[in-house]
Amino acid sequence: MPEGTVKQGIGASVRRKEDKRFLIGKGNYTDDINRAGQLHVYFLRSPVAFADIVSIDKQKAEKASGVVAILTGEDVAADNLGGPICGWVPTNKDGSAPSEPPHPILANGRVRYVGDHVAAVFAETLEQAMSAAELINVTYSEMPAITDLKTAMDKPQIHDGMESNTYFDWELGDEAATNDAFDKAATIVQVDIRNNRVIPNAMEPRAAVADYDTGDGRYTLFTTSQNPQLTRLVIGAFMLNIPESKFRVVAPDVGGGFGSKIYVYPEEAVCVWASKKLGRAVKWTADRTQAFLGDAHGRDHISDVKLALDKNNRITGLRVDTLANLGAYLSAFAMVTPTYLHGTLLSGVYDIPAIYTNVRGICTNTVNVDAYRGAGRPEATYLLERTMDVAAKQVGMDPAEFRRLNFIPKDAFPYQTAVALQYDIGDYEPLLDRAMTMIDYKNFENRRTKSAKNGKCRGIGISTYIEACGIAPSAVVGALGGRVGLYESAVVRVDPTGTISVLTGTHSHGQGHDTTFAQLVCDKLGVDIEAVEIVHGDSDRTAFGMGTYGSRSLAVGGTAISKALDKVIAKGKIIAAHMLEAADADIEFKDGKFTVAGTDREKSFGEIALSAYVPHNFPHDRLEPGLEETSFYDPLNFTYPSGTHIAEVEIDPATGVVELVDWVCCDDFGNLINPMVVEGQVHGGIAQGVGQALYEEAAYNDNGQLLSASYMDYCMPRADHFPSLKVENLVTACTHNDLGVKGCGEAGAIASPPAVINAVVDALSPLGVTDITMPATPQKVWQAIQAAQTKAAE
Amino acid sequence: MYSTKYVKAKDIDDAATIMASAEDGKFLAGGMTLIPTLKQRLANPDCLVDLSACGLSAIADDGSAIRVGAMTRHVEVAESALVQKTIPAVADLAGHIGDRQVRNCGTIGGSLANNDPAACYPAALLALGGKVHTQSRSIAAEDYFDGMFETTLEEDEVIREVSLPKPEKAAYVKFPNPASRYAMVGVFVAKFADGVRVAVTGAGEDGVFRASDLEAALDANFSADAIADGTVSADGLMSDIHASAEYRAHLIGEMTRRAVKACG
Repeated sequence: MPEGTVKQGIGASVRRKEDKRFLIGKGNYTDDINRAGQLHVYFLRSPVAFADIVSIDKQKAEKASGVVAILTGEDVAADNLGGPICGWVPTNKDGSAPSEPPHPILANGRVRYVGDHVAAVFAETLEQAMSAAELINVTYSEMPAITDLKTAMDKPQIHDGMESNTYFDWELGDEAATNDAFDKAATIVQVDIRNNRVIPNAMEPRAAVADYDTGDGRYTLFTTSQNPQLTRLVIGAFMLNIPESKFRVVAPDVGGGFGSKIYVYPEEAVCVWASKKLGRAVKWTADRTQAFLGDAHGRDHISDVKLALDKNNRITGLRVDTLANLGAYLSAFAMVTPTYLHGTLLSGVYDIPAIYTNVRGICTNTVNVDAYRGAGRPEATYLLERTMDVAAKQVGMDPAEFRRLNFIPKDAFPYQTAVALQYDIGDYEPLLDRAMTMIDYKNFENRRTKSAKNGKCRGIGISTYIEACGIAPSAVVGALGGRVGLYESAVVRVDPTGTISVLTGTHSHGQGHDTTFAQLVCDKLGVDIEAVEIVHGDSDRTAFGMGTYGSRSLAVGGTAISKALDKVIAKGKIIAAHMLEAADADIEFKDGKFTVAGTDREKSFGEIALSAYVPHNFPHDRLEPGLEETSFYDPLNFTYPSGTHIAEVEIDPATGVVELVDWVCCDDFGNLINPMVVEGQVHGGIAQGVGQALYEEAAYNDNGQLLSASYMDYCMPRADHFPSLKVENLVTACTHNDLGVKGCGEAGAIASPPAVINAVVDALSPLGVTDITMPATPQKVWQAIQAAQTKAAE
Repeated sequence: MYSTKYVKAKDIDDAATIMASAEDGKFLAGGMTLIPTLKQRLANPDCLVDLSACGLSAIADDGSAIRVGAMTRHVEVAESALVQKTIPAVADLAGHIGDRQVRNCGTIGGSLANNDPAACYPAALLALGGKVHTQSRSIAAEDYFDGMFETTLEEDEVIREVSLPKPEKAAYVKFPNPASRYAMVGVFVAKFADGVRVAVTGAGEDGVFRASDLEAALDANFSADAIADGTVSADGLMSDIHASAEYRAHLIGEMTRRAVKACG
């Protein structure tokens, strides 16, 4: 990969500036924040999955020691409060609007999942609030829990007036052309796919501290959010009727989000509401079990996939019918994740002329499901890459060659897919070739034989993925039912002494923006990285922005910063021209110096900055003083990272344990700002994908109880589950943003699950196993082997 | 956590006295089970009696058995040259309980007093035919375990030390629950002059048990081949989201074979 020419600029693996405070315990997280006189709130949650609330007796609890108030759904209704809204809403295939049932911040007469918020207890200490909550007597009239995705549509309505427990019924693509392709197909491949529900488990649980100032009537909310301005807009305009100018929202240091901290949840809204109602600041922090029961879950799809091939094994059509479990209530991006962020990726890296998909979003008595690292694209990649392996086997081709045969060729770009998106640029074969070389693909069968001699089953699995991120062009989003814009803001503020603050509308909760965005400044302005501060997360300081998710911060936020920096340089040139008594066109800017071309006459960036703020020798007829520039950037398209991941596994058939013995990947993220940070992102994404494939499952029983609500039962991937991960990159620069970047935050999680499962199935196929669902736990693998061997014996 | 009173006992008799006068007290050993229980508000004792200053930490050899003080931490057992030399299977077992932080705090006395059906030490005590010594009596392993989380200890009895007879050969093989890393199945095999004992933890609905069919086969022929298809019945085994009773039964056979091989 190209080395940056500037030591701290683009392409340099600069060590992260923010790590110091995180490693020495000086991070400033929401739970670290305390406001004078604050109350602690504890939420009483429903222990049953589906019930009417007959009565709530809080008399004894209200008299408990330290208790100041207990609020319920009745109080919410009396104050006429709104609930969390949907930010992006697809249209049903019949042209009608989808269902958006009410989502109250405290249950209004009915609870719909275990964990649903029934009451909020406010007390002087958290222990007092918890003890008082135990004294609240709630009488429930229980109904049978509806938890099975396949049969929920035939069950009683969870929300009044919502038919068949179906939020939406959406389609994309050309059904007629797709049917035609299947009618004419030489081979049809059919696969049932299950994408298991997982729970995000950010290291930091959610928290909120809200404070209403009776002096100036302003609210302040500290919250673990990936997008504080969006939170401010949603709570202010749609939930609690607070003018934005009277509302400051701060997301300080946040310990991971992965999507789960995008949405406005009932808890922070209740804190804001109560801080005025009770006249005291209010503080809430989730414990881990509350995180399991309260944070939005991810994935949970069932799909029927059909692939049509011609006689040369080229794909001619793809049809996917999907049920997506959205849980008991809608969350902000719940409806777009399985539709516009998913269906539009069904072409993958392949040239598929006809595609049709139908997706139905289903309501069940489970926790809300919404975007989680990858948001719709892991689901698309998984079903596609599993189907490619099944198809290759069915027609007797090597899985790598079958993929290669169907790749979009590199001269076909820009490539218009059959599912709305147009890919700007890509070159998939070198990524596959490089990964195959890295893992020594051609000698795999020797390794399989050697493992078999030791009684182990060895397998290899490929995943060639593409994803759409850098969200998104606002007009496109609006046309597809989005209710927000997805531009980004940047203010580059140069100080009189030449230090620089960059105010960005994105947020960093692990991505390393304090460092990587500073590198952009170093690269363009030639200043030292210690002179640059990146400011995010405070609505009082930054311009309006949409926050961080969908691998958008660099592609959209970084481009806004780049454009603002260009404006700074342009203004600087005019100032320099004036000071150096030269024409504007004769001024060059390089390595932090403005020079008159062809001479040694120069002014440093620092001198120009000082001049802007002490404008004694200054072109007042042409320019205003000051050196601060703003850019709002609306991207021209999504960006399309792609790559190949290959996993090698070894399975002990006596126990079913799957061991990852090798992992390689070659990804195209466009230009890289900080290769070390990128590698870290890929490692983390792979770990989460492997977690889903081998270890993690949000398991509900028939009564709607979450059986895996702690780490005793919910199995997280650990460091000792992984071999050393080999990560490389090739670059085809993005064609439509200044930096040529595509983003990399979610790619690892998108690519990895099918690589794992393809490897597991490959390892077990000599034993007669043809498929396995995620997570491929030891029990499941062992049972699959037993079933295959029983079948063979029959 | 509910508020409670904390007292550090001076010795074992002091501990028993404090407990007798508490309304609903609990002994605190390493706290690796009790403290999480308190944090989840699943217990509300009015008094915690800390045993860490009672002088119950020691490892000694009495000729035929290793005697381990009840408050000896798992890390101390794992790193003890004496245990590694005489019953390395016990050092190995202790060295794989939980994680490093748990091993620095958790104790053999606490583990046996709690009798978690997925704990490792019960399998060692039962397979080695050991004894639990309290301030008032000695209880043989056969008479000690009384069902899931239950023992035959009286309310005020404190375990003083545990004696583990030295076998000719022994090994412990654990198949960990992937999430908690407790034993999903843990098999301790011990060969004595008068016979083989196979104790299974992690699997039984009533806690640790001896696999008598496997013992009989191994008595006749102490080799993995002797139990090549050997297993136990799935009846009475636990079933949960990680492992059905049938899968546990299979693992018991497999882990026993591996333990026999590891005995050498």
